Amino acid sequence: MAERRSPDVAVAPTWLDRVRARPRLRTALTAALPVGWVIATLLLPYLLLLVQSFWRLRDGAITHELTLDNYRRLFGTGLYPRTILYSAGVAARVTIASLLLAYPLAYLLAFGGGRHKQLLYMAVIIPLWVSYLVRAYAWKIILGRQGILNGVLMATGLTHRPLDAFLYSTTAVVLALTHIYTPFALMPIYAVLESIPRALREASQDCYASRWQTFTHVTLPLSLPGVLAGATFAFVLSMGDFIAPQLLGGNDSALMVSNLVWSLFGVAYNWPLGAAVSVVMLVLTLAILWVAGRLEARWNLTGARVSAPASTA
Amino acid sequence: MTSPTSAPAPRPDRWTAALRLYGGAVFLFIYAPLAVVILYAFHTESIIAWPLRLGTLRWFTVLADDRGMLLAAWASVKLALLAVLITLVVGIPGAFVLDRAEFPGKAAFRQLVMLPLILPGIITGVALLSYVSLLHLSLSSGFPIVPGWPVVIAHGAALTSVVVTQVFARLQRVDRALEDASADLYADEWRTFRYVTLPTIRTAVLGAALLVFTLSLDEIAVTFFLIGRQNTLPLQIWGLLRRGITPEVNAAATLIFALSLVIIVWWSSLTRDPTASTP
Repeated sequence: MAERRSPDVAVAPTWLDRVRARPRLRTALTAALPVGWVIATLLLPYLLLLVQSFWRLRDGAITHELTLDNYRRLFGTGLYPRTILYSAGVAARVTIASLLLAYPLAYLLAFGGGRHKQLLYMAVIIPLWVSYLVRAYAWKIILGRQGILNGVLMATGLTHRPLDAFLYSTTAVVLALTHIYTPFALMPIYAVLESIPRALREASQDCYASRWQTFTHVTLPLSLPGVLAGATFAFVLSMGDFIAPQLLGGNDSALMVSNLVWSLFGVAYNWPLGAAVSVVMLVLTLAILWVAGRLEARWNLTGARVSAPASTA
Repeated sequence: MTSPTSAPAPRPDRWTAALRLYGGAVFLFIYAPLAVVILYAFHTESIIAWPLRLGTLRWFTVLADDRGMLLAAWASVKLALLAVLITLVVGIPGAFVLDRAEFPGKAAFRQLVMLPLILPGIITGVALLSYVSLLHLSLSSGFPIVPGWPVVIAHGAALTSVVVTQVFARLQRVDRALEDASADLYADEWRTFRYVTLPTIRTAVLGAALLVFTLSLDEIAVTFFLIGRQNTLPLQIWGLLRRGITPEVNAAATLIFALSLVIIVWWSSLTRDPTASTP
């Protein structure tokens, strides 16, 4: 493409030229909008949440007096620590299940995907784009009293009466969250497996290592950063979930920490306490991400970029 | 299975077979629930129960006549388009300053913009709710032109990171020599931007816009806290799910699934753009 040169007419410098001549001013002007936006819509709200967690609720109204009461109540009664532990337990089960499902599939796609590798990978990722709600709702149809599982069990004569045990249980929540977050766990594992140089695995085989030895001594250690990133995604996302627990968890769902926040900001109307619980969640999440980030950096030998959820949120 | 093959097949051994079987089972685990939702959209009874009886399009007509659902869908589309607009306007300059400018607080800016993506949605939701309520901003302000300014701003804030990361990743791969060459040919900055920089980031921008649109359309955790009197589509469906459910929900889910599929195929054709190396 031939660039036509505009006839440069010598005119007195306009204010625009003056701005252009000063790089620092230019940077400031370009940065003003994004930086200002992020301060106004993210930094201030998060800071407010922190400040609010020290506010006092008096006679159902939020006062701006500072107090440590919310945190005292949070750590003083068994309810909140127990809830956090319970959520962490659910998240841990989801994480383990997601890894057990995702790793072999990622391995298969990366090393045995053949020509359709990219297509198969897309097929695993597509459900991430499909409504979260649809995926949670599917389990209601499957596990419900008149659901498919009960239907099949009765048709095969394993039971004579529909069982209520499936839906509205912790297991239902774990199952649905595993279904929802397995593709998340798979993405970084696949990325890191893909980045392992073929020569390394071949060298291992040339040294007469069995396929199992190649896996335990080469592939698995090199893929650990991806496993860690996948585990972090699955853990953090499922620990903070409140929609699937509410749809599928029944009474147990009240025990997820996000559901507590939900009710403190809703029917229970105690925003300062809700803010304190949120701050604890926020600190826990950031701590987990920080530790995972440090470990990933230490283990990352292949140079794969695993920590940024590039294509999906 | 144990039959000896005469041809020297390339290692069709037991391990590979087992791995394939397992992989197939995981695929099934991911897709079977979605298939169930779609199949029940054609269920002839109004109670979703086993056995499945296929053979009606009735629920799609029920859906088409459901005013609440249509209003919610329209609100969601408006919200998603506004979210795209905001995130592009803020996110593109954001990506540029991250790529080529040095300023105090740059690292903090980069971390902060990512927060809504890595924190549980509910935290961002309650933080924004507290903020909006401190500012005495009504959740329904701007209705019916927009579903409510607070929720529009919230989606913009939460999804800015998507545009920033996608465009930033592309800028990192752009060969700066091209821009220098353009400047050497006496193109002014606007022309360099218009004819050199913009074409290289175009697909990244479009891809990010599609991503923001889809994510906004599906968002619940933040939306739930900031919505005014007009529900978005996911909130409307969520409301239905907590009461009695009919296959109408499945019909809606099927349409959402189809739309998502179209968008992701489009998106993947963008990311497979020859100028962009696969991530």
